[in-house]
Amino acid sequence: MAGIQQIKLPSRIESVDEAASKADEFAKAQGLGDDFVSAIDLAIRESVANAVKHGNKFAEEKTVDLTLARTDEGFEITVRDYGTGFDIDEIPDPTDPENLLKTNGRGILFMRSFMDVVEWSNHEGGGLVVKMIKRQ
Amino acid sequence: MSDITISERQAGDVTILDLVGKVTIGEGSVALRSTIRRLLGEGKNKILMNLAGVGYIDSSGIGELVSSFTAVNKEGGTLKLLKLTQKIQDLLAITKLLTVFDVFDEESEALSSYN
Repeated sequence: MAGIQQIKLPSRIESVDEAASKADEFAKAQGLGDDFVSAIDLAIRESVANAVKHGNKFAEEKTVDLTLARTDEGFEITVRDYGTGFDIDEIPDPTDPENLLKTNGRGILFMRSFMDVVEWSNHEGGGLVVKMIKRQ
Repeated sequence: MSDITISERQAGDVTILDLVGKVTIGEGSVALRSTIRRLLGEGKNKILMNLAGVGYIDSSGIGELVSSFTAVNKEGGTLKLLKLTQKIQDLLAITKLLTVFDVFDEESEALSSYN
């Protein structure tokens, strides 16, 4: 690993900007290009927003734990919440014609579109972890 | 300070909204929603949204565009988009929303389309 940063964020909407800002700073310090940083930025915003809203449900006592790592493979992000998790297969496809005019449900599509790996798992200590990798 | 500035111009019966900043979860999305609701309340239901100055949008912002589109349609009006940045165009393509919105590169062409 060429670098790693761990950040604990409170469960509020402002944490989305804070997470993106920290990630931009970290990624740029690693010498990553604008397109790469832009993809990471979007994936972090969407995943942290999901953790705050759907995972921790804005509970102030629960944090969102963000880990950024520059690896030999590329860039790895993990976002952990302390919620009860969800079944990824139950998320409706937002590109299905019947869902096109829904106002939410596109965050996971963006994460999958801009990152090479997006995986969810249950943390042994509770909560959900999403791991994302952007390869170089 | 808000993440977005929304300026209004009138071209005949079409209201042009020039957006500058970010349309993201939180203030950016709320500001857009408030503006659209107010315009509809004033009976202005032909709306052209100029996104040339929007450097960033997330899924919440995209959802707000859809919400605006639906709200305007419900009032018998039309909401169209002008001057998408490449990033926004990519996101609308991924979400297949380019099939939903009327999108224009030129303001004059967009305004003519309301007639």
